[in-house]
Amino acid sequence: MSEEHRPIETRVPIRADIDIVTARQQGRALAQRIGFAGTDLTVIATAISELGRNILTYAGTGTIILRPGFAAGHRGIVIVAEDEGPGIADVELAVQDGYSTSASLGLGLPGTRRLMDEFDIVSVVGHGTTVTVKKWLN
Amino acid sequence: MQVPILKQGNFLIASIQAALSDADLRQLQDDLVQRVSIYRSRGVIVDVTALDVLDSFACRTLSGIAQMTRLRGAKTVVVGIQPEVAFTLVQMGLRLEGVATTLDLEEGLAMLSRPAN
Repeated sequence: MSEEHRPIETRVPIRADIDIVTARQQGRALAQRIGFAGTDLTVIATAISELGRNILTYAGTGTIILRPGFAAGHRGIVIVAEDEGPGIADVELAVQDGYSTSASLGLGLPGTRRLMDEFDIVSVVGHGTTVTVKKWLN
Repeated sequence: MQVPILKQGNFLIASIQAALSDADLRQLQDDLVQRVSIYRSRGVIVDVTALDVLDSFACRTLSGIAQMTRLRGAKTVVVGIQPEVAFTLVQMGLRLEGVATTLDLEEGLAMLSRPAN
């Protein structure tokens, strides 16, 4: 594996709202190193913000993992938000516009899905939730 | 990081300088609502030029500021939303409902100074 293709992972623990700011700044910096520019950087930072807030609101604590992604000749960024919180009973419902069990707008997860190229959510009630999103360089 | 709030005549100007945590945003909301009462302000400007991210929480807080100050008799204008941020908001489906916006501070002040306000 060449130097360029060695995935370097950054793990940002999410325990307080200030950690969301750290995660999105680190994500933005990584995205820039991968080659993203302009609007894409804002889109990626915003997605990280939403995922971080989801961790705080529903699980209390968790981790945001940032790493470069490679697939079928594409380069991009992979963002994983994992927690060991209560989990989501109905994942389909959670990604619908306007659905929220907190006092939010219910646009966090569906909005994030619209911002990114790939969106995957795995949740086990009582064990936690892992959301993986990817954005590819055009 | 606390947001400095300037009083200029009948208006308050909150100029956000750097990335804000949720707690900072909540603080800004409380400070503005309080000061609108103390100074009997007629208008509030929140300058977000320095922000590279407006997420759902930030939007909800800005809408909250606009609604709360309106109930206290002041109009809020959010100024300086960056083009990248505007693109992202639309993509996400965030509307900033009930919030007046202008391109920059100058136009924000002009809007608040119009006789209708």
